[in-house]
Amino acid sequence: MNLHEYQAKELLKRYNVPTQEGIAVDNIDGALNAYKQISVDTGSKFAVVKAQIHAGGRGKGRMKEVPDQSGVSVVKSADDVERVAKNILGNTLVTIQTGEAGKKVSKILIAQDMYYDGPSERKEFYISILLDRAKKQNVIMYSTEGGMDIEEVAHNTPEKIYREWVHPNMPLQPFQARKIAFNFGLSGDAFKNMVKFVTNLYNAYVGLDCSMLEINPLFKSADDKILAVDCKMNLDDNALMRHHDLADMRDKSEEDPTEVEAGEFNLNYVKLDGNVGCMVNGAGLAMATMDMIKLAGGEPANFLDVGGTANAQTVEAGFRIILKDPNVKAILINIFGGIVRCDRVAAGVIEAYNKLGNINIPIIVRLQGTNAEQAKELIVNSGLKVQSAILLSEAAALVQKAVSAN
Amino acid sequence: MEAHVSGYSDQSTYYIMAVLVNKNSKVIVQGFTGTEGTFHASQMIEYGTNVVGGVTPAKGGTKHLDRPVFNTVQDAVTATGADVSIIFVPPAFAADAIMEAADAGVKVIICITEGIPVQDMVKARDYIKGRDCRLIGPNCPGVITAGEAKVGIMPGFVFTPGRIGVVSKSGTLTYEAADQVVKAGLGISTAIGIGGDPIIGTTTKEAVELLMNDPETDGIIMIGEIGGNMEAEAANWLKSNMRKPVVGFIAGQTAPPGRRMGHAGAIIGGADDTAAAKMKIMRECGIHVVDSPANIGITMAQVLNKEAVAAN
Repeated sequence: MNLHEYQAKELLKRYNVPTQEGIAVDNIDGALNAYKQISVDTGSKFAVVKAQIHAGGRGKGRMKEVPDQSGVSVVKSADDVERVAKNILGNTLVTIQTGEAGKKVSKILIAQDMYYDGPSERKEFYISILLDRAKKQNVIMYSTEGGMDIEEVAHNTPEKIYREWVHPNMPLQPFQARKIAFNFGLSGDAFKNMVKFVTNLYNAYVGLDCSMLEINPLFKSADDKILAVDCKMNLDDNALMRHHDLADMRDKSEEDPTEVEAGEFNLNYVKLDGNVGCMVNGAGLAMATMDMIKLAGGEPANFLDVGGTANAQTVEAGFRIILKDPNVKAILINIFGGIVRCDRVAAGVIEAYNKLGNINIPIIVRLQGTNAEQAKELIVNSGLKVQSAILLSEAAALVQKAVSAN
Repeated sequence: MEAHVSGYSDQSTYYIMAVLVNKNSKVIVQGFTGTEGTFHASQMIEYGTNVVGGVTPAKGGTKHLDRPVFNTVQDAVTATGADVSIIFVPPAFAADAIMEAADAGVKVIICITEGIPVQDMVKARDYIKGRDCRLIGPNCPGVITAGEAKVGIMPGFVFTPGRIGVVSKSGTLTYEAADQVVKAGLGISTAIGIGGDPIIGTTTKEAVELLMNDPETDGIIMIGEIGGNMEAEAANWLKSNMRKPVVGFIAGQTAPPGRRMGHAGAIIGGADDTAAAKMKIMRECGIHVVDSPANIGITMAQVLNKEAVAAN
C-alpha cells in the first residue's frame, strides 16, 4: 500500500525521525491558515506548496489545466499561496510517473522552507531501505547524490551508491550508522544527527512493516539539522492486519477504481491494455494464461486471479469487472479444478452468464481437472454462446480464432 | 513407453528415499483443528499420507480425525517421532509456527500459509538457518511424492506416479504441468511447490538439485515467474550439473513492470527479473524453455524421446 508524503512524514515522526514540517490541506482557506501558522513557526515568509499524489517527479511535473504550474512551488506571500493552491487543487498533475492521463490532486502540503542560509553548507543526500531478496536481509541504500533520480545515479556513477545490509534479527548496529554518516562526509553535529536519523529510520522501516522507504532528498540544513524533505513509503499489505491505523490511511482515489472494486470481492485484478480478458484460478496460472493469449495473437486485457474458490458469485463478479473494459473483445476463463470441481464451476459460469444477459463477445471456458468432462457437457448443453475446452492447447486455438475474427 | 533414460542405474541400486517426503514420512499438521487444517489433513489421510497427529495450542490431549492433538510441536515430535510438518496456521502466527517446528527438530517443514508479513519471514528464515531442517514455502501448494505421500493441498489424482520431477512457484500451474506430463504418457516422481513469496525456505536451485540427485527422477520441469533471481541462480547451477533434461517455463512474459501479479514475490523490479531475461539465461544454460504453458508436457516427452534415441 502506498502512502502520501504527508502521511509518511507523520509516521516518521512517531519514530523520532526529523522531517520538514508541514500541514496538509484540501482547500484554499486551509492553505492560507497553514501558511500563516508555518510563517509564525519558522519566522520566515518562505514556504513550499507540494501536490500530494502517489507518484514521483512532482517538481518537474506540470498541471494539465495550468501548464506553467508545477507540482511543487516555493511561495513567499499569502497571495502566492492562494494562487498556487488554486492552480493545483482539483486539477491534474502530469509527471514522468503518472503517464499522460495524470493524477487529480485533492490535497496539498504547505511545508517549511528548509533551504535557509546558515553557518555551514546545505547538502542533499539519498537514502532508502528495502528488502534484498537474494540476501534475505534488509538493505540500506544511500548516496551523496541526493535530490535527483537515483536510478540515473546508479546507472552513471554506480560507485556513488553505498549499501549496508542489516542482520535479520537485530536492529541497525551503531557501527553501521556511523559508517553511513561518515560515508556522507559529515562531522560534528551533522554527523551525530545523521547517526540518530538512520538508526531511527531503520526502526521506522521495521516497526511500520514497510516494503520500501525512500528519503530523497535527505537534507542537511545550513545549521546542521538532518531531516527528510520528501518521503516515499510503501507498506507491506500482508502486515496491515497488525497496523489498523495504517490501513485506514489508504487513499482509494489514487487506485484504479476497477481494481478497488475487484478487491472488495476478494479478486486479485490488475488492469492491462489488451483486448482479451481472462479469469483464472491461481496467480501463476493467471500469468501463464496471459502469456498464452499473447502467443495466440491477442493481448491480455487484465490479470485476474479468482483464488481457490471459483463459484457462481466470484465468476459473476469477474465477468462484471472484465466487461467494464470496452477494449475487451473476448474472454477466456481458465480454471484448473483440483479441490474445486469443474462441473460446479461450469454451473457457476452458466448462472452468471444468464444473470448478466446479453454478453455479446465470445466467451471461452477451459475447465480441466476434477469432473472436466461433465463440465464440458454442461457448457455445451446450456445452449449459451460459450465455447468449451479441456486442454490448454485447445483453449489457445479458440483464443486465436476469436482474435482473428475481430 | 518406459522412461528410464537417466543412465544412472548403477546408483539406483542403493536405496535412497524419495525427495523430501515418502510413505515412511511421519507427518504432523500445525493448525490441525482449523477449517483449512481439517479439510486438507483429511484429504492427505485419504491419499495415504502417514499423518500421525497435529498441533493446536490449548487443544492438547484431545483427538481430531482419529489422531492425537498436541499443545506444542515439541510434544508432538516426542510422542510420535514426526519428521515432517505441514503448516496451516493463519498469516499472523505462521512465522512463529515455522520457528517452533524447527526448534522441535522437525526435518521437513512445509508452510502452506499465504500472506505472511515479509519481515516475519526475514526473521524466521534467519532463525532456521544452520539448523538441520528444510523449509518449503510459505505460500505454496506443498510437496507430493506420487503414490506415496501428499503433504500439501494439491489434487492428488492429477499426479499419476512416474519419473518426472516438478519444481514450481505456483499452485495451479503445477497441477497444469503435472496434468500435461501425464497426458504426454509420462508421470510424476515428486512435485515441489516452493512458493510465490519474496522470502521462501527452499530456492528453485535447491529444489532442482534435490530432483537432480533423486534416482527416481529422469527429467525435471522447472516453472518460475517474474521477480527475484532464483531461476537465474538455478540455471547457472544447472549449466555444469545437467545430468537430466530440464524443461522450463517462466510465467509473466506479458506482466507490466512494477505491478504485483497476485503472488507477493511476482513483481518485476528491474531488467534482470523479467520473464524474457530469465528465459534467456535458462536457454543459455541448456534448459529446454517453452514459450507457451500449453507445451510443457509435450516438450518433456519429446526431449526424453530424443535422449532415448541418442542413447541407443
